[in-house]
Amino acid sequence: MLKFTRRQALGAAALSPLATISPAALAATPKDTLVIANQITDIITCDPGECYEIASQILMSRVYDRLVRYEAEDMSKLVGGVAQSWTVSPDAKTYTFKLRPGLKFQSGAPVTAEDMAFSLQRVVLMNKTPAFLFTQLGWTKDNARTLITAPDAGTLVFTITEDFAPSLVLNLMSTLAASVVEKKAALAHEKDGDLGNGWLKSNSAASGAFRMVSWKAGESLTLEANPTYRLGAPKMKRVIVRNVAEPATQRLLLEKGDVDMAMSLQPDQITPLMSNKAVRVESFPYSGTWYIGLNCSDERLKNPKVRLAMKYLVDYQGMANTFLKGRFNVQQTFLPIGLMGAIPYNPYKLDPAKAKALLAEAGYPDGFEIRFDVPNTSPFAEIGQSVQQTMGQGGIKVDIVSAELKQVLGGYRTRKHQMVIMSWTPDYLDPHSNADTFAHNDDNSDSPKTRPLAWRNHWFEPAVTAKTKAASREVDTAKRIAMYEDLQRIVTDTGPFIILFQPNAVVASRANVHGYKPGIIEDNYFYRTITKA
Amino acid sequence: MSAATTATPAARGRVRRFAGPVRRVAGVVFSVLLTFLGLTCVTFVIGRVMPIDPVLAIVGDKASAETYAQVRAEIGLDLPIPVQYWRYLMKVLHGEFGTSVITSHPVLDDLLHVFPATLELSVLALIIGVVVGVPLGVFAATHRDRWQDQVIRFVSLLGYSMPVFWLGLVGLLLFYAKLGWVEGPGRLDVSYDDIVPTITGLITVDSLIAGEVEVFWNAFWHLVLPASLLGYLSLAYVARMTRSFMLAQLNQEYVLATLAKGLSPWRVVWVHALGNVWVQLVTVIALTFGSLLEGAVLTETVFAWPGLGLYMKNSLFNADLNAVLGGTILVGVVYIGLNMLSDLVYPLVDPRARDRW
Amino acid sequence: MSARPSIAPAPDTLRAWLLEPAPASRGQARLGRWFRGWLAFRRNPLALVGLAIVVALVLMALFAPLLASADAAVHQVLEDRLQPSSWAHLFGTDELGRDIYARVVFGSRVTLTIVTLVSLIVVPVGLLIGLPAGYFAGWIDTVLMRLTDIFLAFPRLVLALAFAAALGPGIENAVIAISLTAWPPYARLARAETLTRRQAEFIQAAEMQGASHLRIIATQIVPLCLSSVIIRLTLDMAGIILTAAGLGFLGLGAQPPAAEWGAMVSTGRNVLLDQWWVATIPGLAIFVTSLGFNLLGDGLRDVAGGRG
Repeated sequence: MLKFTRRQALGAAALSPLATISPAALAATPKDTLVIANQITDIITCDPGECYEIASQILMSRVYDRLVRYEAEDMSKLVGGVAQSWTVSPDAKTYTFKLRPGLKFQSGAPVTAEDMAFSLQRVVLMNKTPAFLFTQLGWTKDNARTLITAPDAGTLVFTITEDFAPSLVLNLMSTLAASVVEKKAALAHEKDGDLGNGWLKSNSAASGAFRMVSWKAGESLTLEANPTYRLGAPKMKRVIVRNVAEPATQRLLLEKGDVDMAMSLQPDQITPLMSNKAVRVESFPYSGTWYIGLNCSDERLKNPKVRLAMKYLVDYQGMANTFLKGRFNVQQTFLPIGLMGAIPYNPYKLDPAKAKALLAEAGYPDGFEIRFDVPNTSPFAEIGQSVQQTMGQGGIKVDIVSAELKQVLGGYRTRKHQMVIMSWTPDYLDPHSNADTFAHNDDNSDSPKTRPLAWRNHWFEPAVTAKTKAASREVDTAKRIAMYEDLQRIVTDTGPFIILFQPNAVVASRANVHGYKPGIIEDNYFYRTITKA
Repeated sequence: MSAATTATPAARGRVRRFAGPVRRVAGVVFSVLLTFLGLTCVTFVIGRVMPIDPVLAIVGDKASAETYAQVRAEIGLDLPIPVQYWRYLMKVLHGEFGTSVITSHPVLDDLLHVFPATLELSVLALIIGVVVGVPLGVFAATHRDRWQDQVIRFVSLLGYSMPVFWLGLVGLLLFYAKLGWVEGPGRLDVSYDDIVPTITGLITVDSLIAGEVEVFWNAFWHLVLPASLLGYLSLAYVARMTRSFMLAQLNQEYVLATLAKGLSPWRVVWVHALGNVWVQLVTVIALTFGSLLEGAVLTETVFAWPGLGLYMKNSLFNADLNAVLGGTILVGVVYIGLNMLSDLVYPLVDPRARDRW
Repeated sequence: MSARPSIAPAPDTLRAWLLEPAPASRGQARLGRWFRGWLAFRRNPLALVGLAIVVALVLMALFAPLLASADAAVHQVLEDRLQPSSWAHLFGTDELGRDIYARVVFGSRVTLTIVTLVSLIVVPVGLLIGLPAGYFAGWIDTVLMRLTDIFLAFPRLVLALAFAAALGPGIENAVIAISLTAWPPYARLARAETLTRRQAEFIQAAEMQGASHLRIIATQIVPLCLSSVIIRLTLDMAGIILTAAGLGFLGLGAQPPAAEWGAMVSTGRNVLLDQWWVATIPGLAIFVTSLGFNLLGDGLRDVAGGRG
């Protein structure tokens, strides 16, 4: 086991009793080690075929390599990961990938097409959360083994049965679910036909830039540089991600030098850090969407005029300029800036007079009372209370029900809410990921196959759904972009969502840490480029 | 109300109904079994009616309906609650507590991992409470109704009245952030993680075993603030109880008699009288320990202390049923054990307790 | 001690009447007992401080709208967030620019509501279980006390937390969760008190006269239990307040925008280092209130006697 202490820095003096009397010793993390403070309690599994939580996506994307991907050097361009090149059949149904030769797993075994095919199949066969990414292509438990094949060690071929634009299919193959898992290792630990899922929950069989050394649930996850990584070993020998729940504590640890980077700071921690020379605060665009869902099964919210009025009863700029400063920007369409086709279309601002007029037209001159489900964490709670106050200016009395995030989500998924505030992040770097949820609802019954956000809010507009479908199939990229621009305006103007903000990822690092440039989704939070001076 | 009644809120002579010691022990065992059953039953039902969907906690928000149904069946939620409870009980009797959703480890492993952290904190707090609290209590008793007694009483009442989470925050603000006298939240600095092999799970002990003096001091400075604050809260209780017990002793004839024989008052108080109340004190200490475990949920939240309290809080809010149940059973068993200890020991030393009811 | 209370019209006579060693009526005896208790209580300065705090709290809750503007307690002024103490905002402002002083004042209502509701549930439930157990003894006693034992064996805070989590956040649910864990000591107490009075002559006499059990319990035993129950309750109040605040701190208390002290401490945690007052002041309010009840209860217990 690699072992380090502060001893090197402190020298023999540290061992003298005097030095130990006061704990205020100088703190610094070792030169070849990067210590990151983040909230990682949401990691419940490390199996790339199962994980779907933000922290596990960030970290497992560092551990596993995948079929195709975006790289740190140019995050706008899809390039091969395990694959070197690929071709798509003219009917856009059959995809053939040539794998890079000479790739090795961290165990030393070669990466073969057999492993890749197995990895894709197991996502469908295990049917865990990420499975929907692939099953929408038409893959099922019964056909996965025949539709995904490895004719030789260097070639992977798969066939899809649904109509999809190739750019979209390739983006699906750039998700964490398309990671390559070492088949032999997974099957060696298989239990009751789980395809190694039980073992891979806390172990890895990967070929990515870092090797997972340990995961202590709720405490820390430790990575070590993989010397045989195809793009060269990462600069930092060791990366320790430590769970620090409180943003205020993250800040303290950073200022004391106990950690090199803090990932979950709130505006109230960021502002005081700005004046600290030992620390650098950087802000990167992130692809999230924060919105309020309005359930159209409610008689009042069904009325488009009421929904429109409510969109004028939120102090977007006021929040973004004060308690959300630096962390959130106003973005009122369902595509965050940075995703293909996103437009800066922000027609709403706080306007109680206009809202009142609209409410009067809709037949509610005196407003009404409504329940608002709000997760009890910051900044949901603060945004919720601000909205409560501004809605009041239009005569709408909002009763906040604040609860654990998971509890709120549970009610939302079963459409028991009236008003709810929630955030969304795309599953892959394609506008379809968001369009498919904000603007797609083809089955408004109580037990549909999927539960897109439009369904959750009882927004059943077949014409909009048809537009979403068409956009997902459009082969001409320019046309496709135009279609998404159109869709965004429709949803922002008429949809059951008060779309509020796009967050930034704010990262504070010690001044000697360089080279961290995260992309707009978690998959692209590259650690391998980070250096320490 | 006599002092003894308040001394052991849980040791209320439930044993009176049984004549001999054998029947008494049998009665206590029966009562423990019943309590245990009630404990698991209530916790189980709470877990099942919780508004947080445990399936959602596993599959996340984006899973398809099919995945959702599959996982729901996997964890047995499609069965009626009594059947689920019966199955769970059978498993527990075989020593199986299931797997935690959040950590994907067996719950028992998790508990063995987090419990020492709580133990380390509570034991040190208890030591502080006893070492300071007992002498204070004795002192208060010997200065009954004088200003010293009033001061000690007031100091204990202050302790009784502190919201522990607030005290922790203020303590951190003052002693860690402003003055820098102690280390902050957590058990160790990040750079000291993983150095010392786990033997007892108590980092201070393990680091000494491994000879890592530096790690020991780091752990110590992390421990000292929460332990002192908790120690103060337990001190309040211990001091008050000691005072009551001592007053009862000092009023007895033998004290006057020994004093008359010319023994030094100091010796009479600290050796004879205190010697006679130690068993009662043990029960008080046991109960204090119980309340420390209870309060762990709040303290560990404030100090980011990776112990049982934090574990239970996180599992509760994530609808991690197996973990919640396992944790509650552990706390419950310790708690029942402490109560049982009071019940069994108390009447032995205090004849009045036997006929009070 | 300072000046005697000047009770009009004839203090000395009234005083003498109250302190009459051989009271003429049961009413006089009872009033006399209360008066003697008050005289003893008055000699305890700490208890008087406690009483003052509790009275102040009740007054603060009753007259909250006079002490602070109700609007200021909930009205957000985002531009004024996290302001330090000033004449406009005595205790500064919180993360949404609300006046902390007003929130602390109105928060006393939440706290008092919880404490009152819990008492209103816990005492009757405790009596309902403890009185029959002590009065009838036998198997009724065994069953009821077994039930009480089970609840007593639970770690209280953990159980309250679990109940609150199961019921969902909100004041009513917090009250239910706390009550579910707080009643057993009252059952025990009521049973013990009943047992000691059960054989008293006047109860035997009432029974001989053919009074129904219900009547005896209601008219003879309940009043006798009440004083010890009230003392116990006062001592418990602090615990109830702390538990409620703890639940609020963990996000299981009152719903926003209501000002609940525990929740205020919790949200203030984020800015503890730079704006210490946001978390500290509501915490201080919890502490002082609970101290008040503790001092008062402690004084009452001393007066009730038996305690050294």
